[in-house]
Amino acid sequence: MTLDTNQPQSGETPETGDEGVSEFLRDTSLFLAPDPLIMNNHGVEDRTPLEEESLAAEKDPARLEIVRERLLAGANESFDMLESMGAAPGAKWGDCVSAIFTASGDLSLASTGGVVIFCNLVQYPIKFINKYWTNEPTVGVREGDAFLVNDARYGQAHNTDQSMMMPVFWEGKLVAWVGATVHEGENGAIEPGGMPSMAEQVWDEGLKMSPFRVAENYTLRRDIVTFLQNSVREPKLQYADMKVKMFTCRRLEQRMHEAISEFGLEAVVACLRSNLEDTDVEVRKRLKEWPDGTVRHSWWTDGTLRENAMIKINLALTKRGDRLIFDYRGSSPEFTNRSNNSLDITLKGMLAQLFLTYIWPDLPRNQGVLAPIEFIFDERSIIKPDFGTPNAQSMMSVFTSWSVAQVCVMKYLYSVPDKYTRVIAPWFNMINTFLFGGVTQHGEMVGNVCADINGMGGGALADRDGQHSCAPIFATMADLGEQEFMEEEMPFVQLVSKKLMKDNQGFGRQRGGMGYQMILALRDSPVWGFMLTAIGSKFPNVPGLFGGYGCPTYPLCRISNVDVFEAMQSDPSQFRYSIEELMNERPFAEGKYSTHPMFMPYSLAERGELYMIAQGTGGGFGDPLERDPEEVMRDYQEDLVSEDVAWRIYRVVFDPETRIVDEEATRSARDEARKQRLDESMSFEDYCADYVTETPPANLPYYGSWEDPAMVYAGSPDRYYPAGQVNPPVVMPNPLEVKIARLERELAEARQG
Amino acid sequence: MNVFITDALVINLEKETWHCRGCDAELGSARENYKSFLRVRPRNPQDIHAPIIDKDRYEFTFAPDPEWTRIVEYYCPHCARQMEAEYLPPGHPPAYDIELDIDALKAQWADREALTEPAIGPAFVPPQHHHRKGGE
Ligand SMILES: [Zn+2]
Repeated sequence: MTLDTNQPQSGETPETGDEGVSEFLRDTSLFLAPDPLIMNNHGVEDRTPLEEESLAAEKDPARLEIVRERLLAGANESFDMLESMGAAPGAKWGDCVSAIFTASGDLSLASTGGVVIFCNLVQYPIKFINKYWTNEPTVGVREGDAFLVNDARYGQAHNTDQSMMMPVFWEGKLVAWVGATVHEGENGAIEPGGMPSMAEQVWDEGLKMSPFRVAENYTLRRDIVTFLQNSVREPKLQYADMKVKMFTCRRLEQRMHEAISEFGLEAVVACLRSNLEDTDVEVRKRLKEWPDGTVRHSWWTDGTLRENAMIKINLALTKRGDRLIFDYRGSSPEFTNRSNNSLDITLKGMLAQLFLTYIWPDLPRNQGVLAPIEFIFDERSIIKPDFGTPNAQSMMSVFTSWSVAQVCVMKYLYSVPDKYTRVIAPWFNMINTFLFGGVTQHGEMVGNVCADINGMGGGALADRDGQHSCAPIFATMADLGEQEFMEEEMPFVQLVSKKLMKDNQGFGRQRGGMGYQMILALRDSPVWGFMLTAIGSKFPNVPGLFGGYGCPTYPLCRISNVDVFEAMQSDPSQFRYSIEELMNERPFAEGKYSTHPMFMPYSLAERGELYMIAQGTGGGFGDPLERDPEEVMRDYQEDLVSEDVAWRIYRVVFDPETRIVDEEATRSARDEARKQRLDESMSFEDYCADYVTETPPANLPYYGSWEDPAMVYAGSPDRYYPAGQVNPPVVMPNPLEVKIARLERELAEARQG
Repeated sequence: MNVFITDALVINLEKETWHCRGCDAELGSARENYKSFLRVRPRNPQDIHAPIIDKDRYEFTFAPDPEWTRIVEYYCPHCARQMEAEYLPPGHPPAYDIELDIDALKAQWADREALTEPAIGPAFVPPQHHHRKGGE
C-alpha cells in the first residue's frame, strides 16, 4: 500500500445541496447521532463574518498579545479553581482542564496546566450544540445555559470524563464558548470507577450523556441533577463537580466579559481567531524544516483487559513539505465486545498533546496545531471503531498509538537544526494503578482511581537520564497525590508507596526514568474491591530509542490467605519492603503467592491480603555499553540496579564494597562484549531469510497486519481479511467460559483415565 | 556535508551514503534501508529484561514472554555500536523505519550550515523563583 501525497486528503463528504431535502431530513430525524461532518473534521472552521470584521479592525499583534495574556490568565485562574475545588480524585491531581473556544466551537486557548486532549475534544460537542440545539425550539442556547457531555462518541476521551460547556454572550450575541473538563471517575458503569474493562456493549459503560442542557440562568436543574445522581455510585461527587465545573465556566465567562469591556469585542474575537490561524501557519513553517520521507513504526498491545492477545498498532508517518500524514492503516481490527477500542478523535486529541507538550511546548495550546496534519485509518479498526463498539478503555489502544507516533516524530526531529525541545525516548505509557470501589470507613460509597495513574517514568534524552515516575503522557503537569490524604478517606493502606523498583529500568547510554512499586492492602471496610486495567505483562509497553532498550513487562503480584496487619502486629520482622523480596522469600508461611496479568476485573478484597504492582519505566537512549560507568555506580548505590544488571547489561567491573570501577577491566569487558555481538550476529539478508516468517506464529492470538498493511489477521492465521473488511467481526469468547471448557476437557480426560 | 539522522547514523549528502557515527565507517546507499548494512542479532527478551521474581514459581516475572517477544539488535559491522533495538513478535518482518527523500534532503541542506555535532535542542532553564523570602 502506498500513499499518494500529491492528492490532498479530505475527510469531509459534501453536504447535500438541496435545502428542501435537508430540512425534511432534519424534521423527520428520529435520533441525532454524532454528526460525521463534525466528527471527521479536526481542522479549524471557516472564518465567521464577525471574525472577518474583527481581524480587519484589529491588526496590532502587540495589542492582540495583551488580550491573549489576559484571557490566558483567566483560563489559568479558572483551572486553579477547578483543581482546588474539584471533588474527583482526578481533579485534585491535575486530570482536568479549562479552556476558551470560538463561537464556532474551535479550541482557541487552553489553561497552561491540565490535559490538552480533553479540551481538544470539547470542540465536537460544542459544534453539535451549535448545529442541532441552537435553533431547536425545545432546547435553544441562551445566556446562563450550561451543557454537559460524557459520551465519547460525541467528543470525549472516554466517558469517565465529563465536560461542561457554557456559551458566552455579548449584547445578546453568542461570541465564544468556555468549557471545563474533569476525569470524574465513577459513572455508573458495569464496574465502579468509570473505566470498565468488563464492558462488552456500549450500554455497559455507564452514563451516556450526549450534549444536553443541565443549567439555565446559571442554575443547575435539580431534576436533572437528581437523575444523574441516581445513575452513578457517587451521588455526592456527581453534584459537587457539576457545581464546580459551572463556577469554573462562570469565572471564565466573567474574565471574557471583562476583556471585552476593556479591549472591545473585536479585539477579543480577533485574538481567539488569530490564535488558531497563527498556530496553523507556525506549524506549517516548522514542518518544512523536517526532512521529507516516510518513517514507520509498529507496536503491539498484549491484551484486551479480559485476555492476552497480540494487537498491532501500525503507523507510517509521511512528511512532505508542510504536510504531515499519519497513516494508521494495517492496525488491528476492532474488538466488538471489548472496551479497549479508541475513537479516532481521541487519538487526534492525544497527538495534539504530543505536539504541544513534547515537540513544540512554546506554541499556544489550541487546535490550530492539528490543522496542517492529516490522518488515515481503516474503518472498524481498533482506532476507528463503529458507533456501537465499546471504548471505555480507550487508553489501551490510544496510548500505544501515541507512543508509536512519538517514536516516529523523534526520528524526523533528530536531524532538524532548530528544535523547540529535545529528542526523547518513549515515555512510559500505561496506567499501572488500582481502581477501587466499595464502602469507606466513613460509610460512604465510592468508586474511583488512585493518583498513581500519573506515575509514568520519563524517557531518556541524548545527554540525560529520564525522570523517575514523573508524569502521565496525557498531562505533563500532574500530581501523584498524597498517600496520607488518600488514607484519610479510603479504607486501604499503601504499605510500600513510591519506592523505586530495582532493575525496573529502560537500559541505555542514558537510562529511562524508573517506576516505583505499590504494595497495598485493605484495612477496614464492610465491602471493598480492587480492579486493575493495564496491559504489558507479556510484551513490553514501550521501546527505547537509537539502541536503547524499552521497559520490561509488568505483572500483578498477590499474596492472599494472609492478614498483613495481624502479621505485622505479631511479628513485624516478617514483612519485606519490596515485591522482589516478598515474592522470592515468601515470608508468610500460610500465604498464597500468585502472579497475574495487569488486568483484573473488579474483585472483592479480604482484609490484609497484599496487592502489588510497579509503575513503568521510560525507554532508554543509545547503546548501553556506552553508559558512563560512574552513572551505573550511582544507580547501583541508589539500589536502582543490581550487580547482575551492572555486569550483564552495562559490563561494568567494580568492587561491590567500595563501588570503585576497574576502568581497564571495564574497557576490555566492553570490547569483549562488542566482539561477541559481531560473532553472534548475522547479515540482514540472512536474518530475513532465517527468522522472518510468512504469517504470525500459530500459537499467538494475533490481530492486525503482518507484512502487508492492506491485509489484517483477526486472531489466527486462517482469519485473514482486507483491512476494514473483517467479516465476521472480532467477537471474543467469555474468558470464564474458555476456562470452564478447558477444565471440563481436563476432567473428561481424567475420568477416562 | 554530514547530516545527523539518528544518534547512531549519519548521512553524507555528497556521497549519498549512510555512515556510523561511532567509527565513521561508510555503510551503504542512503537511498536504501540502513538495516540492510548492519549486523543483526535476534535476542531472547529475557536475556535483556531478566526475571525479577522466581521464574520457576511464577507465570509472570517482569520478563517479557519469549513466545510473544523478540528483541532484534542492530550493530555497526565495524565498531559493533548498537544502533537500534527493535521489539517484535517472533517472525515479524523488521520495519523499514527511516526512508528519506534524499533529493529533498540535499535541497533542504543546500541552504543550511553544516553541523559538527547533532543539535540536541534548547537547554532546560529553570524558571525564576517567584516566592523569595522577604517578599522581594
Ligand atoms: Zn561503527
